[in-house]
Amino acid sequence: MTSGPYLNRRALIRRSAAAGFLTLPAVGALASCASGGGDNDTVEREEATDSNPFGVNPDAELEVVIFDGGFGDQYALDAEEIYQGSYGPVEHVKTTEIQTRLQPRMVQGDPPDVVNNGGADAMDIAALIRNNQVHDLTELLDAPSLDDPSVSVRDTLLPGTVEMGQFGSEAMYRLNYTFNVYGQWYSRTALERLEVEYPRTWDEMIAVCEKAKQEGIAGWTYPGVYPYYFNFTLYPFIAKIGGPDVLRAIDNLEPNAWRHDAVRSAFEAYYELVARGYVLQGSPGLTHEESQGEWNQYRALFIPNGSWVENETAQNTPEDFDMAVGPPTGLDSSDAMPFETIWASAGEPFFVPADAANVPGGLEFLRIMLGSESARNFTQLVSSLTCVRGAADGLTLPPGLTSAQEILAAAGDNLVIPRMPDWYRQLNNEEIGGAVAAMMAGEMEPDEAITRCQQAADAAARDDSIQKFQHV
Amino acid sequence: MEVRTPREAESPPPPCTRLHLAAAFFLPPRFTPRRVRYDRRYRKLDTYRFISWFLFLPLLVYLLFVVSPFLQAFFYSMTDWSGFSSAYNFTGFENYERLWNDDAFWDAMGNSLVLLVLAPVITLGLGLFFAFMLNAGGRRRRNEAVSGVFGSRLYKVVYFFPQVLSLAIIAVIFARALSPRSGVLNEGLGAVGLDSWQREDWLGGDLALWCVLFVLCWSFVGFYVVLFSAAMSAIPGEIYEASLLDGANRSVTFFRITLPLTWDTVRTGWIYMGIQALDAFALVNVMVPEHGMDVVPSYLFEKAFRDGQAGYATAIGVALFLVTLVFSVLMMFVGRRERIEY
Repeated sequence: MTSGPYLNRRALIRRSAAAGFLTLPAVGALASCASGGGDNDTVEREEATDSNPFGVNPDAELEVVIFDGGFGDQYALDAEEIYQGSYGPVEHVKTTEIQTRLQPRMVQGDPPDVVNNGGADAMDIAALIRNNQVHDLTELLDAPSLDDPSVSVRDTLLPGTVEMGQFGSEAMYRLNYTFNVYGQWYSRTALERLEVEYPRTWDEMIAVCEKAKQEGIAGWTYPGVYPYYFNFTLYPFIAKIGGPDVLRAIDNLEPNAWRHDAVRSAFEAYYELVARGYVLQGSPGLTHEESQGEWNQYRALFIPNGSWVENETAQNTPEDFDMAVGPPTGLDSSDAMPFETIWASAGEPFFVPADAANVPGGLEFLRIMLGSESARNFTQLVSSLTCVRGAADGLTLPPGLTSAQEILAAAGDNLVIPRMPDWYRQLNNEEIGGAVAAMMAGEMEPDEAITRCQQAADAAARDDSIQKFQHV
Repeated sequence: MEVRTPREAESPPPPCTRLHLAAAFFLPPRFTPRRVRYDRRYRKLDTYRFISWFLFLPLLVYLLFVVSPFLQAFFYSMTDWSGFSSAYNFTGFENYERLWNDDAFWDAMGNSLVLLVLAPVITLGLGLFFAFMLNAGGRRRRNEAVSGVFGSRLYKVVYFFPQVLSLAIIAVIFARALSPRSGVLNEGLGAVGLDSWQREDWLGGDLALWCVLFVLCWSFVGFYVVLFSAAMSAIPGEIYEASLLDGANRSVTFFRITLPLTWDTVRTGWIYMGIQALDAFALVNVMVPEHGMDVVPSYLFEKAFRDGQAGYATAIGVALFLVTLVFSVLMMFVGRRERIEY
């Protein structure tokens, strides 16, 4: 009975039980770093001058961490060279895993001086702000700009940039460096082939989609795996029908915000696309790359997306595609906001950790990034607009970006900036995304989808563990 | 007349002897007083002393890196720690109260339990079936009581293939295969004329759980085929010969001979597969879209790393630990029987 195999089996079962025991250490290991201490070798501030408004110590080292995603890191290297011209050496780190690399250092109180908190593995900035771990950038906004000392940095920024850095107060905690224009992306060539104009009302949209259907082309496609791409056109569409206050009520998690007539009209309009069979077959299960690929192959006319899509699809886009973006199609003449209304706001966040050793250096680095030389360099390198006003003027831009700049200029003050995606990421991506996904897959009527959105918003409003923000 | 045996006379030992024994644990034998060394209990102590000193270092490492974070986890589950800084407040059982009322958690738990029940049944059932066919399912050859189906050696290798791939890769491959427009599944269904079975979205809706279950079973069944094959080949051929002489057919052979004789292996496999099914983290995280289903580990991950609620996530981890513990204990008692010796 007590021969070898018997013991082995018992040991194995015991080990299996132990394996259950081991489900925790992932969290446990995390826990063990909670109790780290801080070591602060803060660099002394020098006297502030006109050319050195933050009092950067010229000898102090600066550590910059860049998210090595779609934009690469060359633009940062170029900006660091400018920094090194006047100040101390720069330690440049690039990574795709921001959170994995930086969270332990944030916990220990030993963060780098500038963080490009981008990508899918970004840190939750709201949690960091709540813990007072992010430096308020107001002094950067009020400092003289790099190119013209009589103009403050604040005045060089595009509208919506400061707002994107605010979390329920006037303080600005992060600088969003790129400028994204969201809307219905399309191919001018595809519309020309169908001999149709870009649709300005929903009736026109239906007509265009019907004509496309006759030719065997779908009207719309979207990444069903990430259904919150729909929000890029759905949110401004709602604002267009009912005015910006409807969106603000949604962002503020007000009761019955989703039950507004404008939301219903927008949902019903989108549902009509499904009901009439204008959505590309299979879209509910596509990733963003797959849906963009289908769109690139002229199998669908419109895709809800942002201005990064041109760079992202550059390799698959046919020569004659002539990419363009239009404002979300309006409902009809009773719309509260003009057709030109779009969602455009700054993206690609940077922040300076409050515990950084060289906070002035971090601020100075961002000031250099916001100078026109760095901004133009960025646009040329990665063909994306920056939040710096007029920095792309006179540059030769690809067609999609040119059209993005045009609709941005045409929109003027008619910009809406929904904050749902970064204030309440889970609510936006999973709950509202899930409801829209179910509706667009034809599994749910608009009424039910709206009810689900409202219930999710109410649940989030009740949930004490979620920090709440309000538009200021 | 009362006669006290010397054995009884010895106990209870005077407390100082016990103290000496305890001291002897740390003393080299040469310094141990003779009185203690000749004590009956010293021999046992000597054995354990050897083992403990021998295992001292590895045990220390284990305590430091496995047990201590684990105990800390229990503590952190009672705080509001965010995971982003070293600051936290003690909140008592607040996290557990929230857990109790959290519908999303119970959804995830429901999915995990479905997997916990179904995945082992299907995987082990298939594993047993395939292993039996590989070992005793074939046509009878000369001079052999039982033999596998034709090509069983090749199958053994082929079945093991998924085990070589990491789960993350399997998840990516299946996400591609289940993609509605270019995926193998929809295309294949179309090719054989089953157009009505095609789906616009396999992974975003209610089908997701069954897709995850399928992939989980697919990726682990090969492991059990190999495991059970080993167990079955240990069964002496004479037993099969005897059953054959008694006129047993294949299914009788399986249920009366093969299954009882491999029962221990099956039970061990059951626990292992149950824990794999309770996890399913990589599959769900990589394969299923964000708005789709959650299992407990993926929900834990989201709370800890996306929402910055590490304290709450730790409470979820403790709940997961309890479920795993209950499962393992249950499985250790269910179906326990005497081992049969050949």
